[in-house]
Amino acid sequence: MARPEAHSLRRRLLLQLLLGAAVMALGLYLAVRATAERATEAAQDAILIAAAENISDGLRGTEVGVEIDLNRATFSMVAAAGQDRLFWRVEVGRETLTGYDDLPLPGMVPDGTGPVVYEASYRGADLRLAAVGRSVMDRDSLQPALIVLGQTRFGQRAIADRLANGAALAGLAFFALAVPLSLIFTSSVLAPVRRLAEAVSRRGPADLRSMDHPTPRELAPFQEALNSFIARLRMTLSQTETFIAEAAHHIRTPLSTVRAEAEIALRRAEGEESRARLRSVIRAVDESARSAGQLLDHAMVAYRSNRMTQARIDLSAMLGDLARSFGPTADLRDISLTMIVPGPDAAEVIGDRVLVESALRNLIDNALKYTDAEGTVHVSLRHDGGLVVIEVCDTGRGLAGAETSMLTARFQRGPNAGTVVGSGLGLTIVAEVARAMGGAFDLSPAEGGGTCARLSLPAG
Amino acid sequence: MCKAVIASRLKALTCLLLLVALPAAAFEIEAERLFHGRAPVAEVRLLSTTDSDIAAPLIEAFLSTRPDLSVRYVMASSREVFAAIADEGAPFDLVMSSAMDLQMKLANDGFARPHASDVAAALPDWARWRDLLFGFALEPVVVIVSLKGIEGLPIPQTRRDLIALLRENPAHFSGRVATYDPHLSGAGYLFFTEDARQTDAFWRLAEVMGRLEARLYCCSVDMIEDLAAGNILIAYNVVGSYAASHARRIPDTGIVELQDFTQALLRTGLIPVTAPRPDLGAALLDFTLSPEGQALARGPTGFPPLDSGAIRLSAHIRPIRLDPGLLVGLDRMTRAIFLREWDAALNQPLAGR
Amino acid sequence: MRFLLVEDTAKLARSVRDLLALDGHGVDTVASLAEAGDCLAATSYDLILLDIGLPDGDGRAFLAQQRRQGRDTPVIMITARSAVADRVDALDGGADDYVTKPFEMAELEARIRAVLRRRGGATQTRRDFADVTFDPLAATLTVAGETRELRSRELRLFEILIAAPGRIHSKEHLCDRLFSYAEAVSDNAIEVYVGRLRRKLQGSAARIETVRGLGYRLIGP
Repeated sequence: MARPEAHSLRRRLLLQLLLGAAVMALGLYLAVRATAERATEAAQDAILIAAAENISDGLRGTEVGVEIDLNRATFSMVAAAGQDRLFWRVEVGRETLTGYDDLPLPGMVPDGTGPVVYEASYRGADLRLAAVGRSVMDRDSLQPALIVLGQTRFGQRAIADRLANGAALAGLAFFALAVPLSLIFTSSVLAPVRRLAEAVSRRGPADLRSMDHPTPRELAPFQEALNSFIARLRMTLSQTETFIAEAAHHIRTPLSTVRAEAEIALRRAEGEESRARLRSVIRAVDESARSAGQLLDHAMVAYRSNRMTQARIDLSAMLGDLARSFGPTADLRDISLTMIVPGPDAAEVIGDRVLVESALRNLIDNALKYTDAEGTVHVSLRHDGGLVVIEVCDTGRGLAGAETSMLTARFQRGPNAGTVVGSGLGLTIVAEVARAMGGAFDLSPAEGGGTCARLSLPAG
Repeated sequence: MCKAVIASRLKALTCLLLLVALPAAAFEIEAERLFHGRAPVAEVRLLSTTDSDIAAPLIEAFLSTRPDLSVRYVMASSREVFAAIADEGAPFDLVMSSAMDLQMKLANDGFARPHASDVAAALPDWARWRDLLFGFALEPVVVIVSLKGIEGLPIPQTRRDLIALLRENPAHFSGRVATYDPHLSGAGYLFFTEDARQTDAFWRLAEVMGRLEARLYCCSVDMIEDLAAGNILIAYNVVGSYAASHARRIPDTGIVELQDFTQALLRTGLIPVTAPRPDLGAALLDFTLSPEGQALARGPTGFPPLDSGAIRLSAHIRPIRLDPGLLVGLDRMTRAIFLREWDAALNQPLAGR
Repeated sequence: MRFLLVEDTAKLARSVRDLLALDGHGVDTVASLAEAGDCLAATSYDLILLDIGLPDGDGRAFLAQQRRQGRDTPVIMITARSAVADRVDALDGGADDYVTKPFEMAELEARIRAVLRRRGGATQTRRDFADVTFDPLAATLTVAGETRELRSRELRLFEILIAAPGRIHSKEHLCDRLFSYAEAVSDNAIEVYVGRLRRKLQGSAARIETVRGLGYRLIGP
């Protein structure tokens, strides 16, 4: 699961939420700033115009010429918070009456009906100016007068900045609030995913029921896909079991026919050459059947190891059944199959019945196979600590120095297997069952020749 | 009255005779003095309207904290200070002046350099204008009276009292009332326009003073000297620090802060755009505004401390507003109109006579 | 003995029937459970050989049904499936034993014998020859009132000989019947068992005669 490039849905969701919050906070700041600037500019313009008109009211014609009396209060008012630089110019005719001679005039001369507001650069400052037009009686002629009042916009900008900063603070607060909220939202949105994952991982290996965990609608397709996958898996697994069984059937039945036919032919045949041929046919059939059987057994063991059922198994009873089952086989070669087991229910293990029986069957089968006619195979069962030890000793040909690990490897047979029919999978199956059930398997030479095979399983 | 005016103008001329011309400077300076630190490597050029003797303790304290500096202290009248910066671009690192209107005009017209520091930011709003102009001393504008000269008469506490006192005792006060001549004194003009803006009583007072043939002076110093000499009994609108320093020397001098309102003048400093070393100007300005500098302003310098707490305690103290409204007073036509009205008010009785 | 073989692979069924017939058994073969039911209703058998996978059902279910109906004819299941589970199920379902395809006829016969022996000999299987009584289920020879036990190979050898008294059986033939094809045995190995049988027959009128160059035969007095 540690793919380095794997991205986190949670992190992506969180990042997107935070990005969204940041964009909204920034948007809020810019919007408030723009609005604040427009609003304060409009307000400031109104004050500037009112002040210019107020100044123009001080304009009066006298017998010595036009005079203007500036009102300090007006100037203080325009200066608002005292933050702005003020410039003015009063023109009568084309002459500057008072104020700053070089203050820039508006491009369009106001006609007396309304003021003109404009912007200009003056003495290193950017000014907003209001120009008001008037007519004034200069001695005996009516002269146009122009009153220009300009100011910097530091105060206005300060107000706009304050408002925008407030908005920025609100945006930041919003963002700060968005961080924990996003965390909570992300967690709560992703919680069903986590719960679903936990529900899946809690399941045992053989639990192939479909998921009916309550999930949000958005996760329903995921759960449906999961369920459909589980259903397919279930079907595949059951098909695997069916396949193994069917394969056995389809291999064994024809082999069995061939063998029976060959046996009849052998009974009737007289020529030694054809008898030899028939014998080798039967032998080949036996080898094929045995190999196929063990391959399929091995497949079944491998398949069941991954999804073991857990049942209480009475090993004494199972060994008894097996002894009865193998009795005729042993008898065919006058091998005595002896068994010392404790009474019923004295030796139990918890595990998969099919696996355990498969292991025991292969153990005994193997021992019988490698024991000469009229030999002995002895099966014993005992407790050893927390283990139940099944020991199968034979008077066969021994191990010839081979190690357990070598004999339990797939398709490996002992160096002295000779003409005995075998696939080399029998002990592999035993070893794999031992491993699957947390037990152990080993082979050792028996006293007085032959081999002892020991399968230890945890007692149940 | 004419005689008085001429006399004060002569005084002004004698002042002018004392001027020492600064080389390569066209504006008129009144004094120049060099203060040395222990190991000066750089020079702060300070242009001030204050007498260097008064400012000396402050400058020396500054140099003790900055032994690497020396201070070139140039003193000039407020108009010359203004002209030096606005018209000539004279190279000074700091300009300190009592003429609020002219300082405001320098700042408004773009001759001041922005300055930001902790002590500057700590100033009350009314004591600074933007980051350009900083008040470092607040001086009440007071009335001084000769206690012996008005013995038996009530000491006026308001302008109304003062008008009543003068009206009821014309013979006693005729020719013995003094104030600034707004034609000559920028400070006087500023005080009068502010008076006129704030109270109707001002024009009545002007008329009363006109009838009593008030003496008009260019400078506070002259008024105080004449008061000490017994030539005048009451001087109206005298800058408080001068009054206080003289009152310490001259017995029987009473200083009155009128209770209807007493204007307060801000001495202000700015760093001109022409400063060769604005950092040094800023250092000196910050020192002046610092608690240490302000303590000196309270003590040896004779400057009243800039103490907003004190302002709050005395409800009658009204600092002159440090805002572009001050520019109105400098408008040549507005000024002309005001002076015409002043003259008219003052000359009424003459015309009537 | 009379057997019912239920097996749907015709060739296999015929071969098994023939092999059992060679040993003197009567075998009815049917290819479906329905037919098996009919046969069981009509006749009784000593033993049923029942295949698990049949076209009309599962042999195990059929067996379970038979047992429920109280019919306890011994049953040996024939399974082609490898799963151990099938074997287990078969035994749990009431079968007496099972063989896995492909099976050796000798093994099948041994199992039949073992089952019948366990069930207490449903049919009289003892045979008398001269003064000898042969009980294959009990694996004994009784000579003059004295019972002598036979081991498996001795029993099978005697069974072959007594099935056709007087007939000569070649050594090869007997080897094929006695030994697994997987075992490498020399033709002389048969002499050991012949020798043992002769000892068990001592004191009886019956004896095993060596026909030089041809084989052995069982002859009476």
